Amino acid sequence: MPKSRFVYEIYIAASAETVWKALLDGEFTRQYWEHDNVSDWKPGSSWEHRSPQGVVRLIGEVLEASPPHKLVLTWAEPADRARRDRHSRVTFEIEPMAGMVRLRVTHDDLEPGSKMERDVTQGWPRVLSSLKSLLETGRPLKTWAR
Amino acid sequence: MKDTDVVFKALADRSRRTLLDRLHERDGQTLTELCADLDMSRQAVTQHLDLLEAAHLVVTTWRGREKLHFLNAVPLQEIYDRWIGKFERSRVRAMRDLKRRLEGTKSA
Repeated sequence: MPKSRFVYEIYIAASAETVWKALLDGEFTRQYWEHDNVSDWKPGSSWEHRSPQGVVRLIGEVLEASPPHKLVLTWAEPADRARRDRHSRVTFEIEPMAGMVRLRVTHDDLEPGSKMERDVTQGWPRVLSSLKSLLETGRPLKTWAR
Repeated sequence: MKDTDVVFKALADRSRRTLLDRLHERDGQTLTELCADLDMSRQAVTQHLDLLEAAHLVVTTWRGREKLHFLNAVPLQEIYDRWIGKFERSRVRAMRDLKRRLEGTKSA
């Protein structure tokens, strides 16, 4: 069965450098994603998505980093660290457009019907909407509040 | 027109909602795949997709010479955050459940 792919886009009134920093800087991601993204963001390095309590929720490898325009990561459950066949892939593309930037997130190599597929398709719209709110209004959305 | 107006206008059409439903069922389809079994001309589908793309509800990528269409749920999330999130989700959910019970359908 072919792997699945999803593409999300959002336009944000901010510079490419700001959006880049907002994706990679734990201090930033904590505010709108409620997790820290942690890595030195060099190709070949590992990265982690950690809860405020320090629990590692997601892991992966940096495949490509061209600041402030393109970042490619693998994306997996911590238990699948060594199982590269179970890693999905996320590509962030930041493109300046008419005084704004277009952030495109492509998540592919996902297992159709998996929990990971369900989680990321529910998660990306919330993460991106919250990111835009933080960068444009200074306030993130309480998107995980229930 | 403001971004939100464009999204509501794009959603205010049954054919366009059908196209979004089809992408939700299976993302990344070509124009030909989307046209299959639809009672719409290829030209009409193209026009609807252009409008959905202008509203950012559909984004496209190329695979060789094939244009693939993806559902972009981000504008819907923004409407949700703006219009539903602030009106207390739990109360909205309770009302919805009540409506379902009163109407005799199974509560989700």
